Amino acid sequence: MLKKHRIRKNHYSDSVALMRVAADLEMLPGIFQATAIMATEANLELARAVDLVDDFIEAQPNNLLIAVIAQDETAAAAAFAQAEMQMENVGSNGDSYATIELEAKSIAMSVERDPELNLALISCPGDYAAAEAKKALNLGLHVMLFSDNVSVEEEVDIKTIGLAKDLLVMGPDCGTAIINGLPLGFANVVADGPVGIVAASGTGLQQVSSLLSQWGTGISQAIGTGGRDLNAEVGGISMIQGLEALFEDDKTEVIVIVSKPPSDEVAEKILGFAQAGTKPVIACFLGYEYKKNDNIVQFARTLDDAAELAYAKVNNGNAPNRMNFKIGSVNETFNQNKNQKYVRGVYSGGTFCYEAQFILRDFLGPVWSSTPVEKAFQLKDSWTSQEHTIIDLGDDEFTQGRPHPMIDHRTRHERILQEAADPETAVILFDVVIGYGSHANPAAEILISIEGARNIAAKEKRQIYFVGFVCGTDLDPQNFTKQIETLKSGGVHLAESNTNAARLAASLIVTQSSQRN
Amino acid sequence: MPKLHNKELNISNIGLRAFSENIQESGGSSTHVDWQPPAGGDREIGSKLADLVNHERIEAANHEAFARYLAANPVLVGVGVAREDLPDMDGKIILHAGAPVDWNDMCGPMRGAILGAVIYEGWAENLVDAEKMAVDGEIRFDPCHHHNAVGPMAGIISPSMPVWIVNNTEHGNQGFTTLNEGLGKVLRFGANSPEVIERLKWMEKSLAPTLNSAIQKTGPIELKPLIGQALHMGDEVHNRNAAGSSLLIKKLVVGALDSDAVQNEIKQMVSFIAGNDHFFLNLSMPSCKVMLDAAHGVPNSSMVTAMARNGVKFGIRVSGLSDQWFTTPAPVVDGLYFPGYSIDDAAADLGDSAITETAGLGGFAMAASPAITQFVGGSPADALVQSRYMRNITIGTNSQFTLPALDFAPTAAGIDVRKVVDTSILPVVNTGIAHKEAGVGQIGAGITSAPLDVFVQTIASLHQSVISSA
Repeated sequence: MLKKHRIRKNHYSDSVALMRVAADLEMLPGIFQATAIMATEANLELARAVDLVDDFIEAQPNNLLIAVIAQDETAAAAAFAQAEMQMENVGSNGDSYATIELEAKSIAMSVERDPELNLALISCPGDYAAAEAKKALNLGLHVMLFSDNVSVEEEVDIKTIGLAKDLLVMGPDCGTAIINGLPLGFANVVADGPVGIVAASGTGLQQVSSLLSQWGTGISQAIGTGGRDLNAEVGGISMIQGLEALFEDDKTEVIVIVSKPPSDEVAEKILGFAQAGTKPVIACFLGYEYKKNDNIVQFARTLDDAAELAYAKVNNGNAPNRMNFKIGSVNETFNQNKNQKYVRGVYSGGTFCYEAQFILRDFLGPVWSSTPVEKAFQLKDSWTSQEHTIIDLGDDEFTQGRPHPMIDHRTRHERILQEAADPETAVILFDVVIGYGSHANPAAEILISIEGARNIAAKEKRQIYFVGFVCGTDLDPQNFTKQIETLKSGGVHLAESNTNAARLAASLIVTQSSQRN
Repeated sequence: MPKLHNKELNISNIGLRAFSENIQESGGSSTHVDWQPPAGGDREIGSKLADLVNHERIEAANHEAFARYLAANPVLVGVGVAREDLPDMDGKIILHAGAPVDWNDMCGPMRGAILGAVIYEGWAENLVDAEKMAVDGEIRFDPCHHHNAVGPMAGIISPSMPVWIVNNTEHGNQGFTTLNEGLGKVLRFGANSPEVIERLKWMEKSLAPTLNSAIQKTGPIELKPLIGQALHMGDEVHNRNAAGSSLLIKKLVVGALDSDAVQNEIKQMVSFIAGNDHFFLNLSMPSCKVMLDAAHGVPNSSMVTAMARNGVKFGIRVSGLSDQWFTTPAPVVDGLYFPGYSIDDAAADLGDSAITETAGLGGFAMAASPAITQFVGGSPADALVQSRYMRNITIGTNSQFTLPALDFAPTAAGIDVRKVVDTSILPVVNTGIAHKEAGVGQIGAGITSAPLDVFVQTIASLHQSVISSA
């Protein structure tokens, strides 16, 4: 076995592209392990940790490092050749330089070429993202900051600049937005309509907008604020700006705001601002003990409720025509072992993970997580579940050096098999998020995991329930109905929303235990 | 409240290319930025840079500095003597190219040229004594740039040497350069044999007075039109000066014949210029120098006003950062080498001649000179791209210098340090390559680029002066 690496100087690629390259290299014969990274100290540390590179390596952050553990020299050389080829093929169409204008190299350069640019969508590594956002604001552009790993100090700094310049800052860690009908980042393709959304949660925004769109009611604007916007430090700067924008947006008739529970002070500020407007506002502060509704603000405890309330507001108080899933009867006698007592949630969406926790808690008691609703139920080891456990595999802890589970299924696949091997697992609960940016066919990927999990359980004469839902629309490239059909074919118990999926999982546990008693 | 709706979205996409493609697929408009971490990945500098982007004080200062550069009007008024015409030239002083450098650190060609100059001045009889003087600190060394002058390669100017006098009639500043000695064994490449000294003496005693009397008869010669014309005739006035040199003879011959100069001396003058295609370089350089000096010293301006190499360090100066030099090790040029020589024989990048690129000529005007690209192994198409590409790191363009091959587009001019650091697009520099040992001479030529690091260094100072002390 050989440890080999190669460096390309001044070649920047984003980590997703590089991880795809690495994944492809690992498929080659004679390659045991491969990585392709920008040689930042943090990345090198990760590569050293898996012994892919030696302690001392001459590389700069602007260098691209490809490292392999190979059977022999020939295999290593073939891997490097393939990596080169893949990188050359990105963005090059073989035209001569003289005939094509090279791409802009900076935001300033793009604006100089096209003064009409008015929004910067920034998804570069977090270390550099705040600076890029500041440049965009200085150039008069609104900002959507998809990047994460931006400090809260930097967030306050950027948002204060945005406020002073009257420019909107969505993010950091703003996964999705729909502005003037355009899906930005990881967004669903939704119908046009009268509901405006401001959300501090990407998947929360996707859930509400997708449900409404599937029910035949569309979205005017969906503005993301980033997950920390309603923290005391940031004080809801973006949410206030977003509300203001929707107040003045003629197309918007009803506003939905979505966030994890804010501090009392910030909640008061936001609600006070909402009440000063004239448009009805549905406030969904997930799990928040809601105050009295008034004629402007109505509270929704769950994402599903929020969508339903908004639907009613613009449809003369009617309820939506919900999908009817023919799911296996919960009362059927299922061959479950008496030790199988727990729900294991393996999520790709952070807000779904959060919502599932507080719903399950109501039915089943304590729920453990690596990102717990209640601090007391912090998993000791994020990689090992205990009792009822719901984890977000899209959290930073799980995505270090790995792509997001909405793009790449590997981390979730491993975790599903791990849960299946645990004799205490009764239900595996999961989300399937589609739309731009997501995997091309996530339902098919998850079926492979389900089959693997069933085989593991069958060897020990156990059976496991799978409960899932699809967040997306029929307008999405992956198509909602197709994804549902795929999951159905795999015997998955389906629900229309995360809220209902979590309730379904809880009821399966309750029914099972009552049957046993 | 942010006016975002009711307006068509036009997106600048930084990071994941797929996001841009998704937007386009949905019928939106998105421009993908081929981004890489600015400032070579230095976060702290990158963050400071962000504060400076589109900063109104810098924009205003650059507007002024660039306007001064454009308005400058370099005019050749005569040939003088360094000791009399350059400021602060008393005593045993020798000027050199680039940023300040100590004798102990100087490269071979620069040392060789200095020893030659000591003998030429008569301060020592032989090389051994000359070197002792240099080592003992008996000679003051100073950059040409500190005396309103520029010098090609080693850039040596000693007090007795004749110098071109270029006046900027718009702002009143002056620029100086020695007369070009030609190719082969010449002082600027570090040669110091008796024939070299003899030629310098002839230039002092015969060529300089003849040229000067010719100019006095011709009258002041405006240099910008001459440079503009040379660009249209295949020069980029850094590595190729064949057209400029010919145009100069045309101007001078009638004046020389009109003057009191002896016919033999006129003949020698004409044949010397005719035999030296680089003769005009020493006029394009001081022209650029006076234009850029006019732009220098505008507070808060991020415009580069000098790029110069001393054979050890590559240095730049910035208009708004007073007379501070920012330096980094000079690269060795990976160019084309004359037969028998390789990169192992090369001295590191040397000379003040990058003043031409700083002023929007040389490498920035490559499209004017397909011959140069061929010489260094590129195609004319590469030259076009190169010239156009430089537009992305400059404050503006100079319509006095146009490029026929690009439909008479103006050259890119006024390098903005912020743009270089933000885009990592490096200023291109055309250059000759000197042998690392004194006196061997030119061994090749190439196209190189100014090192990123030297621009990165300016950001903290600029931030300090524009933001912190505002």
